[in-house]
Amino acid sequence: MPDDDAIRCDACPVLCYIKPGRLGSCDRYGNQDGKLVRIEPHVVLDRAKSRGETIVPFLERDREWDGNIVSGQETFVTAIGAGTTYPDYKPAPFIISSEIKGVDMVTVVTEGIFSYCGVKLKIDTDRFLGSEQNTVRAQGEPVGHVTTSEYGSQMLSLGGVRHLTGGSRHEGTVTCQTLLDLSNGKSVELAVDQGATVVVQAGKPPVVDGLLEQRMRVGCGSATIGMFAKQWFGKVDEVVVVDDHITGVLSEHQAGKLLGVPETGIKMKGRRSTPGRYFKVAEPGTAWGGTNIHDPLTILAPFDPKEAWPGLRLLMVSTTGEHSAYFELDESLKPIQRELPTALQGSVARIKENCEPALCTVLFMGGAGGSLRAGVTENPVRLTRSVRDALTRVTCGGAPVYLWPGGGITFMVDVTRMPENAFGYVPTPALVAPIEFTLELRDYAELGGYVDHVRSLASINADDGRRRVSARQDNPWPLAPTKTSETT
Amino acid sequence: MPGRAQIQFLPDGRRLHMNDGPIDLIVEAFGSPDQVRIAYDTASARFEHVLDELCAELTLLRRPPSGEERPTGAVAQRMFDAVSRYYPQTFITLMAAVAGAVADEILQVMTSAATLEKAYVNDGGDIAIHLGPGQQFVVGMVERPDRPSLFGTATISSDQPVRGIATSGWRGRSFSLGIADAVTVLADAASMADAAATLIANAVDLPGHSGIERVRACDLAPDSDLGERLVTQGVGPLTDKEMDTALSAGEKFARSLLPQGLIRAAALHLQGQTRVVSDTLQLGTPPVFTTEKGLVHA
Repeated sequence: MPDDDAIRCDACPVLCYIKPGRLGSCDRYGNQDGKLVRIEPHVVLDRAKSRGETIVPFLERDREWDGNIVSGQETFVTAIGAGTTYPDYKPAPFIISSEIKGVDMVTVVTEGIFSYCGVKLKIDTDRFLGSEQNTVRAQGEPVGHVTTSEYGSQMLSLGGVRHLTGGSRHEGTVTCQTLLDLSNGKSVELAVDQGATVVVQAGKPPVVDGLLEQRMRVGCGSATIGMFAKQWFGKVDEVVVVDDHITGVLSEHQAGKLLGVPETGIKMKGRRSTPGRYFKVAEPGTAWGGTNIHDPLTILAPFDPKEAWPGLRLLMVSTTGEHSAYFELDESLKPIQRELPTALQGSVARIKENCEPALCTVLFMGGAGGSLRAGVTENPVRLTRSVRDALTRVTCGGAPVYLWPGGGITFMVDVTRMPENAFGYVPTPALVAPIEFTLELRDYAELGGYVDHVRSLASINADDGRRRVSARQDNPWPLAPTKTSETT
Repeated sequence: MPGRAQIQFLPDGRRLHMNDGPIDLIVEAFGSPDQVRIAYDTASARFEHVLDELCAELTLLRRPPSGEERPTGAVAQRMFDAVSRYYPQTFITLMAAVAGAVADEILQVMTSAATLEKAYVNDGGDIAIHLGPGQQFVVGMVERPDRPSLFGTATISSDQPVRGIATSGWRGRSFSLGIADAVTVLADAASMADAAATLIANAVDLPGHSGIERVRACDLAPDSDLGERLVTQGVGPLTDKEMDTALSAGEKFARSLLPQGLIRAAALHLQGQTRVVSDTLQLGTPPVFTTEKGLVHA
């Protein structure tokens, strides 16, 4: 096609050429400033019997579909695709009432534009991703940084207003795209300065420097000794659990001492912390136990001939059980690798079994600003107070959120609990995220809500451009009672 | 492509919603639960292949019908048959009947596989219907798709030949060469109604009028089947005389289709005015279209 400003949409086989500002033949995908964007229809969440999926495909429904008609209060209107009034101080696009157990509930539905927002990324891996504070890049642009490690996981903090609007235009665009993709459950490649390249996707295992991470470590090396000492006792004379953080040595460890494991004359490299626990046996890396070790014997000094004996049996294993090697000392007390005895294979397998699948989790974090709150009530601070007092429930695309204590309405949400493609963006650049406030009609009136703008659920139940998705069963129903126990 | 299409029940648990790319269907069958079930399963299985079949010969579908190049797909053949009666007297491409043809195809596989009291397949306003003996459908009409509100209804019963309904107008999803807000057509198949509604809406026009904003179709959508033809993007307020002129042009064309059985009835809407033509021989004397204000006379 001769048009250079048209883009080709590959969302379906029609492969429309779309000019800037126009939509494709489906009216769902459009060309916004030269980029293909999905114009989402407004999502209505149905409390249908979801079968653990976001959307229930017709052909996979239970054979015994009962044909039940879903009644009004089983529908919750999410803010996805609701549109927004920002920056105008106007009532939110949809203020919906639905009667729940005799109480008139109001859900104020809006899409917030968040330039103060970001993604907290937890990557289950002990492999070294990069030093704390190092810059994390996407497509070469800085989009965040490495923050503190947590147990078995590396944490990245991405986005934030500094990357979105404080740097170059390209930095902002790439940051926005990275946050959008991660929040919408797409995979993103990130590179850490002086560190690894990691491919992350919410709910999926990370790929670190091209290697798919399978499992989280069962514990640090020392903890692993504590957990498995009894199972090793009598079957092997010495065990070294190799770990980037704390490498454990059975005979010196408190757990070994308690069992009466005799001294073996083992000599570890690295810095001894407390008996049987060693820091820094090697540099961080992507090999044994998150270190750069490929040959485990390199972390051992020669055995002490006063205590070691020929034939001494030594097991070396990583904290995930992914690496293991078995040695016996020869006449000169040199470890010779032998096949792992059957008696020990079980314990290595047990370590593996106790390692949970490694995942990436993506928490979207944002703060509802003054103008967004003004869409809910004429007196924004009262909404904040109402949220604080738990009179108002905040949800994000129908998913539960964690509300940070303190001022404002700052929340975090697990993006995998939200309907798909719940997030959008504006060219500011900033993210558009759905946010719903649910409260009793009486409370809504009291906090200065736009009571005259309240619409009944039935009035928006028509099929006019709304997308219905099934509610996830692991999410609390947004309209379920908050103040009373749900187990009554 | 199996897997790409989304097929699910609407929350009422009765109507099935099918979506694949630009195709968006609401399907409902009436009958015994097991027959309805068979109809839905058959419809779903067929639907998953429709878009791929159409896209495989999309270039051909964007052209006027040519006796030398008949398309191969079942839906495409319905499109071909629906539009070929108009060409070359009037410009039309196969795409003018795509929505109706998809509706006809899905309805046909349902009624072949199952015994149903009645059923419909609604493809974005272009509707194929099946009526068992003594059955009828009441169809709501919307004047402005951008501001949906019913302005009237059409009642279709099993003793009438009507099995398809389609609406076209410049405010709709597809481009129009005319200025009608909406032209609703009743015909013997949805594909026939679709093609006719497109052409009648094109015929409701005031050529050269300065208050009408027209843009080359290719400037809006580079791959449009309408190429460099001017499509309507805005219509300013018209005088009564202008509305009369435009509607009369459309009505004249619509009437010319009645004797050939290409349409059974049509309701033409322009800025609040309505004209109706109908085949009283086939439909009987009571008008099929009614509005809130009363009956619309042919």
